[in-house]
Amino acid sequence: MEEPNKVVIGLWDHEDTYLHAIGHIRAKGIEIYESLTPFPVHGLENALGYRDSRLHTAGFMFGATGTTVALSFMTWVMTTSYPIDFGGKPYFPLPSFIPISFELTVLFAAWGITLTYLVRNRLWPGRVPRIYDVRTTDDRFALVFDSDKLSAAEINSIKELCKQEHAVEVKEKDFTGIEG
Amino acid sequence: MHAYESEFREPLIKGLDKNYTKITDDLVAPTERNSAMWWIATLFFGAGALFFVFCLGWTVWFGIGTWGLNKTIGWAWDITNFVWWIGIGHAGTLISAILLLFRQRYRTGINRAAEAMTIFAVICAGMFPVFHMGRVWDAPFIFPLPNTRGPLWVNFNSPLLWDVFAISTYFSVSILFWYSGLMPDFGTIRDRSKGKFRKWFYNMMSFGWMGTAKHWQRFESLSLILAGLATPLVLSVHTIVSFDFATSVIPGWHTTIFPPYFVAGAIFSGFAMVETLMLIVRKLFNLEDYITVNHIESMNKIIVLTGSIVGIAYLTELFIAWYSGYLYEQFAFYNRILGKYYWAYIWMMSCNVITPQFYWFKPIRRNLYATFLLSIFVNIGMWFERFVIIVTSLADDYLPSSWAYFSPTWVDIGIYLGSISLFLFLFLIFCRIFPVIAIAEVKAIFRTSSEVAKTERAKAANSATAATGGFVGLQHVGPLDKDSKN
Repeated sequence: MEEPNKVVIGLWDHEDTYLHAIGHIRAKGIEIYESLTPFPVHGLENALGYRDSRLHTAGFMFGATGTTVALSFMTWVMTTSYPIDFGGKPYFPLPSFIPISFELTVLFAAWGITLTYLVRNRLWPGRVPRIYDVRTTDDRFALVFDSDKLSAAEINSIKELCKQEHAVEVKEKDFTGIEG
Repeated sequence: MHAYESEFREPLIKGLDKNYTKITDDLVAPTERNSAMWWIATLFFGAGALFFVFCLGWTVWFGIGTWGLNKTIGWAWDITNFVWWIGIGHAGTLISAILLLFRQRYRTGINRAAEAMTIFAVICAGMFPVFHMGRVWDAPFIFPLPNTRGPLWVNFNSPLLWDVFAISTYFSVSILFWYSGLMPDFGTIRDRSKGKFRKWFYNMMSFGWMGTAKHWQRFESLSLILAGLATPLVLSVHTIVSFDFATSVIPGWHTTIFPPYFVAGAIFSGFAMVETLMLIVRKLFNLEDYITVNHIESMNKIIVLTGSIVGIAYLTELFIAWYSGYLYEQFAFYNRILGKYYWAYIWMMSCNVITPQFYWFKPIRRNLYATFLLSIFVNIGMWFERFVIIVTSLADDYLPSSWAYFSPTWVDIGIYLGSISLFLFLFLIFCRIFPVIAIAEVKAIFRTSSEVAKTERAKAANSATAATGGFVGLQHVGPLDKDSKN
């Protein structure tokens, strides 16, 4: 997804006014490009109309893969690859396989979803993120509007609306030629 | 909008001067200060960690014979230390995962440091079985790797192998849990950094975190799934550690209550170690407003619960040994109490069963000096528990002519003390570079559980009830309604 060059940024200092503002702004049909907060705000994804995350489905798939890998590998080793008679015990001792199957289920699921999470969020060491405002990781709740294709009048109306909705600061920023 | 919390509950973030910026300032401050105390402590424990490496080198060079082991007692301090460290490593995931699922807000103050502690404790734990192998260069073959001997695989029937899988899974999942929570906080430090290197470094560490709504949505989903996975995991790890003993046929080890008993003991010792460290950290880094007496009291309640479970397990073991009518089992426990290791048994019983009972009293639960002292006793007691189980059961085996006594050599002692140094060294580095308290998570409970929010709500309720009369907290406000039955 190409990031916009010119943006309007509204900053709020309280999550309640911020959530109200999102509701009112979206009701007016104005598209919010991005929303940045210093911590997970409850109800934010609903206010923005986001779909539920599907990470848990991915987690289940990875977990099931782990169980299958563990059970089939141990079965293959103990019955086919190198069957050993341990004091007359069965070659396919299912109860003995349970602890390792469980551990590998957890291992696969945990690594799988964490990597999925990083890929979906486009997070990796050394990534240079675009910093809309340094205070969004401190104490400000930001809404970013893509103003590349907006007229001056439209930009002004967004800024006015943000101020009406108790934004503590509203500003325009141009990222043309800036990396990230 | 915010989760409901009773106004009677003590605030988890103290101080009326708090707001989001103040929280950031306070929690990032330890990474921005240089202190002579920190350097002295780090160099001291760093030297201790080097001695640990030296003793391990000595062991590898001259062999396991440099330890105090003999033909009868083939497992002693090494496995004691291993189980002790793994137990300590249990609190971190318990605090972050189980308390997350139970929606205990006090976890936010202590989870980060407890998770770090888990990781360092598991590193220390892992060293003992690996170096006990003697030929450490063959250590990778504890995993089922393809090889030219058949391939000859590992024995999937062996609890020792289950342990390999349990502990390596636990270690790597703990790291994922810890680091995924750290990324947003590294972003916070990056955005307030001045220096170019510092900015670059924390951006690397934060993986380029931005804090968009989608990031946070997935973040919350990820933490919940990891918590759901880590909860059975943490219970399974010490269960499997206990299988190392419980599936054997040695009297005193062959006990079916080992899994729950070991898990309770692990949580017990883990919380004690969290308290020992957090009481020092909150003082040194001025974090008293975020790790409050309320946090300490909550942990002490868990200690009295798990300590009592451990106490009941000790008594159950004794009862079952007698009730079994099995001579060797009865002898093992008789020998444990009255044999040559009676002193270790006394340490174990007094530190693990008696000391936590003090926590039934609220003044002691809320006394930081008492808590610090008792937390150290718990850690000593839990070390002796493992020593008693392992060494007394082996020392006097089925054949009286081979009965023996274990005395540690300087290498045993050096490795043990060295592992404590390594642990503290890693923890000190963590305190200096990483945010010790989860910044974003503390901010997320600010509107619910802080003193500021509670005061604001009380004021609002006050003005609302002032006209009609009613209760704000325990305080009655406004005109009294004489006709009311209440």
